[in-house]
Amino acid sequence: MRLEGEGLINRGRKVSFRFDGHSYEGFEGDTLASALLANGVKLVARSFKYHRPRGILTAGSEEPNALVTVGTGGSQDPNVRATVQEIYDGLEAVSQNRWPSLDFDVMAVNDLGAPFLGAGFYYKTFMWPKVFWEKLYEPVIRRAAGLGAISGDPVTDKYERGFAHCDVLVIGSGPTGLMAALTAAEAGADVILAEEDSTLGGRLLSESGEIDGVPARDWAAAMAERLAEMGNVRIMTRTSVTGAYDGGTYGALERVAHHRPLAKGLAKECFWKIAAKRTVLAVGALERPIAFQNNDRPGVMMASAVRAYVNRWNVAPGQKIVLFGNNDSIHDVAADLLAAGVHIAALVDSRADATCQLDVPFYAGAQIVGTEGRKALEAVSISRASGVEKVAADCLGMSGGWNPTLHLTCHMNGRPEWNEAIAAFVPKVGMVPGLIAAGACNGAFSTAACLGEGVGAAQAACDALGLQAKAPKRAPEMPSAEDRPYSIAPLWAVAGKGRAWLDFQNDVTVKDVKQAAAENFRSVEHMKRYTTQGMATDQGKNSNVQALAVLADATGRGIPETGTTTYRPPFTPVAVAAMAAGAADKGFAPERFTTSHRLTVAANAPLIEAGLWYRPSYFPKAGETTWRQSCDREVGYVREAVGICDVSTLGKIDIKGRDAGAFLDLLYTNMFSTLKVGRVRYGLMLREDGHVMDDGTTARLADDHFVMTTTTAAAGEVMKHMEFVSQGLRPDLDVRFASVTEQWAQFAVAGPQARDLLNGLLDSPIDGESWPFMACGDVKILGVDGRLFRISFSGEHAYEVAVPARYGESLFQLLRARAEAMGGGAYGMEALNVLRIEKGFITHAEIHGRVTAFDIGMQGMMSKKKDFIGKGAAARPGLVEDDREMLVGLKPVGAVKQLLAGAHLYNDAAEPTRPNNQGYLTSVGYSPTLGSYLGLGFLKGGRARHGGIVQMVDHVRGVSTRCEVCHPVFLDPEGERSRD
Amino acid sequence: MRIACPLCGERDSREFSYKGHALALERPGEDASLAVWDDYLHNRENVAGVTQELWFHDFGCGSWLVAERNTVTHEFGAVKLAQDVKEARA
Amino acid sequence: MTELKAVSPAAGLLPLSIGGVTLREDEMRPLTLIAPYKGQEAALAKALSAAHGLSWPAAGATSANGAARLVWFGRNAAILVGVQAAAKLAKHAALTDQSDAWSCVVLEGAGARDVLARLTPVDLRDGAFPLGATARTEVFHMACSITRLEAESWQIMGFRSMAKTLVHDLKTAMEGVAARAL
Repeated sequence: MRLEGEGLINRGRKVSFRFDGHSYEGFEGDTLASALLANGVKLVARSFKYHRPRGILTAGSEEPNALVTVGTGGSQDPNVRATVQEIYDGLEAVSQNRWPSLDFDVMAVNDLGAPFLGAGFYYKTFMWPKVFWEKLYEPVIRRAAGLGAISGDPVTDKYERGFAHCDVLVIGSGPTGLMAALTAAEAGADVILAEEDSTLGGRLLSESGEIDGVPARDWAAAMAERLAEMGNVRIMTRTSVTGAYDGGTYGALERVAHHRPLAKGLAKECFWKIAAKRTVLAVGALERPIAFQNNDRPGVMMASAVRAYVNRWNVAPGQKIVLFGNNDSIHDVAADLLAAGVHIAALVDSRADATCQLDVPFYAGAQIVGTEGRKALEAVSISRASGVEKVAADCLGMSGGWNPTLHLTCHMNGRPEWNEAIAAFVPKVGMVPGLIAAGACNGAFSTAACLGEGVGAAQAACDALGLQAKAPKRAPEMPSAEDRPYSIAPLWAVAGKGRAWLDFQNDVTVKDVKQAAAENFRSVEHMKRYTTQGMATDQGKNSNVQALAVLADATGRGIPETGTTTYRPPFTPVAVAAMAAGAADKGFAPERFTTSHRLTVAANAPLIEAGLWYRPSYFPKAGETTWRQSCDREVGYVREAVGICDVSTLGKIDIKGRDAGAFLDLLYTNMFSTLKVGRVRYGLMLREDGHVMDDGTTARLADDHFVMTTTTAAAGEVMKHMEFVSQGLRPDLDVRFASVTEQWAQFAVAGPQARDLLNGLLDSPIDGESWPFMACGDVKILGVDGRLFRISFSGEHAYEVAVPARYGESLFQLLRARAEAMGGGAYGMEALNVLRIEKGFITHAEIHGRVTAFDIGMQGMMSKKKDFIGKGAAARPGLVEDDREMLVGLKPVGAVKQLLAGAHLYNDAAEPTRPNNQGYLTSVGYSPTLGSYLGLGFLKGGRARHGGIVQMVDHVRGVSTRCEVCHPVFLDPEGERSRD
Repeated sequence: MRIACPLCGERDSREFSYKGHALALERPGEDASLAVWDDYLHNRENVAGVTQELWFHDFGCGSWLVAERNTVTHEFGAVKLAQDVKEARA
Repeated sequence: MTELKAVSPAAGLLPLSIGGVTLREDEMRPLTLIAPYKGQEAALAKALSAAHGLSWPAAGATSANGAARLVWFGRNAAILVGVQAAAKLAKHAALTDQSDAWSCVVLEGAGARDVLARLTPVDLRDGAFPLGATARTEVFHMACSITRLEAESWQIMGFRSMAKTLVHDLKTAMEGVAARAL
């Protein structure tokens, strides 16, 4: 019921929303929880295991019960806390974990089976038989127990990520945080003030009382205004700091558009990574429930929540309210209720010596021992020395004391300590380097203490940053505020029969924890896993301390010895979509396009990914119905006329300096310092462990200038390796290198007519004498400075021609047109692959990281005259044995003509089983030139087995082929074509 | 985690990649025994405490770094250019 | 006569204007990577000053003289923007033509820094990133160079082959920032 009053709602602005299909009205400033309570809705959820009717427990982000689903399909958010969700016109929320409806939930029958569903139920029940798990238990349990569900559709909302930096991060904006932010800002620090609520003020928004002679709420508003006007304060509202990480890094989730309809381009959430030099944690304290029989009925809530709904939202959560607690705060709540004109049916204080000045039915030394009412609270039973009295009530506010919200202080493995005086855990200094906890989260509960600690923490932070030197330290004048001592008598669980809830979200009762202890799950971490206490979206914020207190009692230990479970990030739930913001689909990784990309796409060439690059598979022609037809045709271009292929994706590195040759000698197994200017040499690069890292050609353009090529796949790795060798191993070498992969567009021009084609474009024509095989140099192509290399990855007479990338598209277009006029054309990766398999040229399919130079038959390339990376390790006996798997060629010779990459090799007539494995195929292609499938692979002792027969067996695809083992070079073994 | 690159200043760890112990800078000579190579390539102390590590500032300046890091607390100590470390030892 | 036609890295993708922020492609200008040889730092600095009136930039800094700008570009390197590098510099440093290697875009407007803060982990506050400051860093998933040209004008250089992704990522961030202001 809505009350009169001056809450933080805008009564001039009505908002209509829907819950479970019904329309309701609230005001701007309402949360879904406050608006539902204003509309008299108390039943909002069903519990996890027993499907018990549940209402709203809290007024904050720790809410365990009132979880709803907002949105549908790709925009569906499950487990949204109604206490955090602000209402807006058109908001649609539905309840969860009920069928067919919240009011009538079939699975509520679980509640009757409660004795069987206690602690360890899963472990005891689902032991056997194994098949029952998949077929019966898992599906049934998934259906019966749970919270909200995701839609299963791809996310359609936009999520954002962001980076922020500050000198001082202040987390929380209650009295402590506001004073800390002001103090730090006035000392000249760049401040970020992060607040999970929509408005600054923290508990001041929900409580009465005064600061500096004005209502605390007004003081908070004035402070917020003052901070907003300062140029060095960044206020981030609706932003929950979710984790504390190494080096002053914090994760924070900003709810950008949960309080309004999504607009185009607007992110729903932004996940911030905040780098802070110092941090003041000022996140207050959370009130804890008391366990008593049936303390989970709709209408039972935290006393502080009752107070917040009355003061902040002007909503009376009941007409007959009972307050029950073990500390002074219920008296403050009672005073506020009376001031708001809300009827108090009873004020029950468990402390025998408690007194009360208010005009309410007061029960000292009393406890609530039970409640009545199925879907809404109807009555409570109050027990005291004189007996048990039943009192009609529709709302019960409970307070078992306050737990400092110290979760973030524990995120780097720190353990809090027990403070007997306030019966709560408090953080120790230095648990997170650079973070100072202040105010209620540090165990200081009075408003005056909070204000003081806020100032002190900010001063300490500024001192550490040396900021007082810049601007004289001007401590803000300390505002006056209440400074009463905190008085509490611990009460965790009221003795008695029946179920008394500790963890509302996971349906864990006092009995469950005791049972865990009885079954010897005495460690708090074991108890947690056995009972599931403290799991799921609220992570036990409402139950951890009570549960471990009950465990401590049941095991005869004290609370400090029992200890807490580990608090880990995130403090509040973070959607995976927020953490992966922007990284879905194309956002996963950059796309790299060659300069010929647009023309490639225009030619309808299917693309394949090569690392981050996109390259054409083949260029289809009208009438071709399979890729093989296109591929065979393109192979023919190169073997018979001339083919054009964009090879810009290969890594290209310009290497300069007087020690460039010596540097290359160290990198490659073979010698480069002896390479003549104007010549190219093939090089093999090993890792230091003696295995092949990469291969490619390196050209010498001048005495002190080489240009190296790497494979497309290993370009980044090779560059990093070179940096390591240069900086970390041989900084004495005077060598400089830079990637020019992006600078040059490079095209292979391959085939018998390659030279004729090029001579039509080069300013100075070339011939066989001036440009023999493996020659290189600078050229002019249609007036543009370029580079020409006579190298071949196809075994044909071929060149690679490079121009600055701006001319790449234009040159590709021209080369292709000229080639077509000569009976050739562009070729893609499929043809390139066939061409190189015919020649036995390797790629990373062969040099896959586990092979040595010896394995691929290049042991002769390992120079004996000089040191090189990998030389020492490559000499290890195990890497040069005769029965190692060696590179071989394979040709089908039986009835089956198909070869498959990935298939394994077995001796002819041997059983194709794992122990009999002789090797495997790495590359396979159909050679139109030779009219046969050809394969490259590795075979035990393969070099000595040429001419022998093996069987290829592909167990996955069910193909067996008899093969002849042969030399890996199938075509033109003397290399005459390329020298032509 | 944040790493203070001697050239770029303090940067988010996402800009860096990790290689392993700085022992990798002590490459054995050509004629070293296989046992020495085995140590260089494979054998490392698994320290609970301060260790010297190689990091590469991939997304930044391209420097190889030798960083002192406590494997228990993740706290960084001095971070130096690998080149400087290597040259100082030469 | 047949000619090779020049195409810029972000051809057809820019300019963009979203909210108060614009993104445009910089004109294609000469870019030369300069990496001093061993012990040649001082000689190079002198030659640079004589040839281009530029000083060798400290890490994270730039130096400018008219159309010429020298931008620190990582360990032991700077990139000369806007003019052809004088040939005599080659005596003291490895010169590598990078004129076609980088996609150069300029992000401008009141929210430009907010846009960048969605993409780069670098501290862009005035104190850490004043006018003329530069950084090699990450822009979403890419290794880039960011230089602050004016108070609200930032040059971003990314690999030419990734120009489309760079524009996509910047555009997405621009839309997000603009939508918040509504």
